[in-house]
Amino acid sequence: MGARVKKLALRASLLGALGLIASPVSIADRFTLPGALNPLARPEPILAQVFGDIEVLRIDRALDRLDAMLQSFPNFRLGHLIKGDLLLARGRPLATFGNADYAPPDRVAELRDEAIARVKAYRDKPPANSLPRALVQLQPAQKHALVVDTLRSRLYVFENDHGRPRYVSDYYITQGKAGAEKMQRGDRKTPVGVYFVTDSLPREKLGDFYGSGAFPINYPNEWDRRLGRNGYGIWLHGTPSDTFSRPPRASDGCVVLSNPDLDEIAQRLQIGVTPVIIGNGIEWTSAGDWEAERRQLSQQFESWQLDRDSGMADRLLSHYSPRYAGEKANFAQLSRSLRDAAQRTQAPVRNVAIFRDPGKDQMAVVTFEEDGRNSKGRPTVVTKRQYWIVEDGRWKIIHEGQA
Amino acid sequence: MTFGSFRHVAGTAAAIALALGLALPGPAHADNLADAQALLKQGQLQAALERVDQILATKPKDAQARFLKGLVFTELNRPADAIGVFTKLTEDYPELPEPFNNLAVIYAQQKQYDKAKVALEMAIRTHPSYATAHENLGDIYARLASQAYDKALQLDSTNATAQNKLAMMRDLMSLSGRPVGRPPATAVAAATPAPAPVASPAPAPAPAAPNAKPAAAPGSVVPAPVAVPAPTPAARPAAPAPVAAASPAPAAKPAAEPDGSADVAKAVERWASAWSNKDVKGYLSQYAAGFQTPGGAPRAAWEQERTQRITKPGKIDVDIADLDVSVDGDKATAKFRQHYRSANLNTSSNKTLILVRNGGKWQIQQERLGR
Repeated sequence: MGARVKKLALRASLLGALGLIASPVSIADRFTLPGALNPLARPEPILAQVFGDIEVLRIDRALDRLDAMLQSFPNFRLGHLIKGDLLLARGRPLATFGNADYAPPDRVAELRDEAIARVKAYRDKPPANSLPRALVQLQPAQKHALVVDTLRSRLYVFENDHGRPRYVSDYYITQGKAGAEKMQRGDRKTPVGVYFVTDSLPREKLGDFYGSGAFPINYPNEWDRRLGRNGYGIWLHGTPSDTFSRPPRASDGCVVLSNPDLDEIAQRLQIGVTPVIIGNGIEWTSAGDWEAERRQLSQQFESWQLDRDSGMADRLLSHYSPRYAGEKANFAQLSRSLRDAAQRTQAPVRNVAIFRDPGKDQMAVVTFEEDGRNSKGRPTVVTKRQYWIVEDGRWKIIHEGQA
Repeated sequence: MTFGSFRHVAGTAAAIALALGLALPGPAHADNLADAQALLKQGQLQAALERVDQILATKPKDAQARFLKGLVFTELNRPADAIGVFTKLTEDYPELPEPFNNLAVIYAQQKQYDKAKVALEMAIRTHPSYATAHENLGDIYARLASQAYDKALQLDSTNATAQNKLAMMRDLMSLSGRPVGRPPATAVAAATPAPAPVASPAPAPAPAAPNAKPAAAPGSVVPAPVAVPAPTPAARPAAPAPVAAASPAPAAKPAAEPDGSADVAKAVERWASAWSNKDVKGYLSQYAAGFQTPGGAPRAAWEQERTQRITKPGKIDVDIADLDVSVDGDKATAKFRQHYRSANLNTSSNKTLILVRNGGKWQIQQERLGR
């Protein structure tokens, strides 16, 4: 068998098994990596180059790249697997991707999934200048926002550019063993919705399993509770010291990043402030569409504000869903309280953040601050959160309360 | 250890000397070298070392003597010294593939596969058609692959991978003007006296992986011995023990069992002994015409593959233990533990044979792993 035929067979069995045989995708017009220190210090560009080398039958170069990568990431199991394949191919034809005959097939399958997730995320980046529909408006205090796409096993970091999100970087993530859309405790799923980082647990307080740190999020949020979703302890966290990254579906619902990636993100997180929006599929919109939707939602919220300040209870009540439930237990109670309060001057609203829930419901989460009084009657700043849904073609508040 | 190529040595020395532009050694030198080689061959390693040192005392640069000294050090299980000698040879004679090859063999023995790989690549660079180095390199790649898989999947395959031994070169043949290739191999293996940590009696280590399949796929029929490690009793007789002696179960039955299980046991014994004796014809004749080949391969391909494996140089021992036979009319099932030992592999695994009776003769219809 000629060397070229052998290499062609290698290419077919490796890339074919990954479903990656394709004309190389130009990523020039895709997201670039302004935030990352060195793009080649990440596995994806190297993996893409390795597969590119295999594509053009440059097996030696592929091996050299892998060796260099494994110097940087000695616990990157996927890298070792591909290296094994390339070495084995010198002695005999390969059957597929991951030819360790003696290995448990599910372990190989997990690494194959990781390879596909990483390379696809790298090849098919969201179009440049597109924005995630979920990030409608950031508060001035929110320096960054995280958007997690469980379909792509990817976490995107955006920075706040005068209320407008600007892409910074993206990372491979692991989600729950059973996928996304968590419903109940123990279902090993990752929740989908609009969340916020609530705490930072330093590595000293954690076991090695969580790696370089952990950031809990507020699952279940008010909306989750209302829908009867339960469970707790959903964190963003790192990996054990002997593991660079975990397979795409391996956690009990947490979002897991490699330790270097988590460290990089950690610098940008603000406890109680940074939003973490998780979708099983994230919608990307053009700047124009994004602008239009932002205007519409902002106007909706402003109109609520105007009606609240108008002192006319009926106008204010028209913004609430008959299915409302929140701080005032139900719509009837809300109605009474609004009539009582209608004559009072309302506190000004500041620092509005608006996010769309990427889940199945047409929903937006609005967070804002207003001046209030604490239990002792002293003035204080109250953070409030409203959940808006589309009802009969109109945005209505279905839940309202202190955040 | 193989000394199959030793007969070339005496003639080689002169050729080397010529090729290297050295003074032609006198007859005394040649005799000394031949003596040293003979001593090495007989396993008199200390004596061989002394004789080599005598030669080197007068001719410290002598390539052949230094090469021999490297071999002696290897046999003496002094790998550091052997590495020193071969490394110096590669520096002095970078055009010779053999020292590179032997360096690689020692590195591989120490599991320094990356170094072994580099040395073999050098050997091939000096001599692109150097078959031993190519074959050894193929084996190194397989071992490196296996290491990579272990890291990828957090496994320890040291037990699952057949540790084929690489072939050490016994002679600086590339300078002898003879065709370059593996030494003829062989039957001399039995005469090997010394503990041979490095050298291999089998000249052609296949890449480790094909031999290394354990019974990973359930239900799959694997004809070759699998790499399930099991301690082999040290005092196991070389020839297969008679089945009845090894297995109390059938022995306890009446000798003339009417259902024919004694005949089945004999058939299994014949099969194992033909295999041990490398009697391919006898071995293949134990399989029924309707034998279900592994993976449904064509019979001819299967036969060819078996023939190749069985006739591979080196001794094969196949022992049967704990034989359990059940007969149902013209069909019988024989379950047993199979101890297999060859140059490259030492395994113990459970095996099941389904036999059918054809004209009074029990033949194998199915062969599979596990009980």
